Amino acid sequence: MSETRTITVIVNGKRHNATVPVRITLADFLRHDLRLTGTHLGCEHGVCGACTVLFDGCSARACLMLAVQADGHEIMTVEGIPPDGKTLHPLQEAFRDNHGLQCGFCTPGILTTLIELLRENPDPSEEDIRIGISGDLCRCTGYHNIVVAALDAAKRMCQADDGRPATDDRRHNDR
Amino acid sequence: MKPPVFSYHDPRTPAEVVDLLATLDNVKLLAGGQSLMPMLNMRFVLPDHLIDLNCVEGLSYIREIDGALEIGAMTRQRDIEFSDLVRRRCPLMREAITQVGHRQIRNRGTLGGSLCHLDPAAELVAVAAALDAKVTVLGKSGMREIDFAAFPVAYMTSALQPDELLTSVTFPCWAAGHGYAFIEFSRRHGDFAIVSAAALLEEDKSGEVTRASLTLGGMGPAPIRAHDVERALLGRAMTEKSVREICESLRKIDAIDDIHAPANYRQQLAAVLSRRALLKAHERIAAGAQK
Repeated sequence: MSETRTITVIVNGKRHNATVPVRITLADFLRHDLRLTGTHLGCEHGVCGACTVLFDGCSARACLMLAVQADGHEIMTVEGIPPDGKTLHPLQEAFRDNHGLQCGFCTPGILTTLIELLRENPDPSEEDIRIGISGDLCRCTGYHNIVVAALDAAKRMCQADDGRPATDDRRHNDR
Repeated sequence: MKPPVFSYHDPRTPAEVVDLLATLDNVKLLAGGQSLMPMLNMRFVLPDHLIDLNCVEGLSYIREIDGALEIGAMTRQRDIEFSDLVRRRCPLMREAITQVGHRQIRNRGTLGGSLCHLDPAAELVAVAAALDAKVTVLGKSGMREIDFAAFPVAYMTSALQPDELLTSVTFPCWAAGHGYAFIEFSRRHGDFAIVSAAALLEEDKSGEVTRASLTLGGMGPAPIRAHDVERALLGRAMTEKSVREICESLRKIDAIDDIHAPANYRQQLAAVLSRRALLKAHERIAAGAQK
């Protein structure tokens, strides 16, 4: 039997206690133990970016971390992006309206990456976006509509900045 | 594509790490995990014990001491990228680090992890060679310092003994207003470089070069300092023509031949990237002097 540890993690604002084998990656823990299957696994060696989550507010490959390393930390997955169960985040609306995805496999990683990017740089140039998502591979779109959607999202999020309830991206602002 | 079975250790102090290293066999140290985790997932490494350094206190800092930057081994590449001190005192490192992987990688990746992994084309490895860095390591018999020139001993193998932990790296700073440039060629943004060139220059008021450092990454198992080129640059003003001529000699240095590029392609890149890096460093001195 492989060694286990008991960990406490906050995922999308909710506290979880779990006992996990020490060799389980954070990505597998999120998908199999917490059933948060929005975090996708493409390459499992840190190249494709599909498993990108926010770890204490910073984007990180969930396939390149162990679940035990998340003990005492806060994680946001794609499921944590919408402000509530009914409304989409402006970033998600922009992706829907601009055809920013086709098969959608890479989308969770791209959205979490962009949440961080737009938090740090609310008015990005096209080049900023292209460099920002260069760690996320998409085999459908050729990236064009992803970039269009991200630029549109930046506009929407600036407009929505007054009076909108704080979403997850803001919650991480004070770190 | 899952890590193999191992025992997990998460010590809190450097001394505890050294104790574990001295008592356990077949150990790997886990820093940022951006190279080790893929190697575990692909079963390239099969350690019996994994020592996670992420809970070890006191290994993450950037400070200036006696004209040098001392950076803790577990300092994230992200923190180096956004450090004002690094930008002001060591702009070469700042320019190089923005070319390391992607945002997600730099958020986790560490200085010490990159230097110990010692990928021949890694940006931070080339920067350490360019700046004549010193690494500080802690072992059972105490602390010792190693000149970075003596740190790589073979392909992806450092001079660290099995019971030693890299704790910090000291990068001597160059004079204010010095010229610098880090240029690399890679197929895709964020990939390891096929070849990289790191240039540092100081010039006197008349424009004569008084100090020069030129480092090539990706040519062999460790970065190469082009000492002949450095010497040839000294004591004269730089022109595009003179730099071009001096850099021609780099077409003759040994280079590896692999799936990414044949040796003669690397030699071509060595000459071209060095010329561009030196000229960019020179232009930056001129631009700084005009301010």
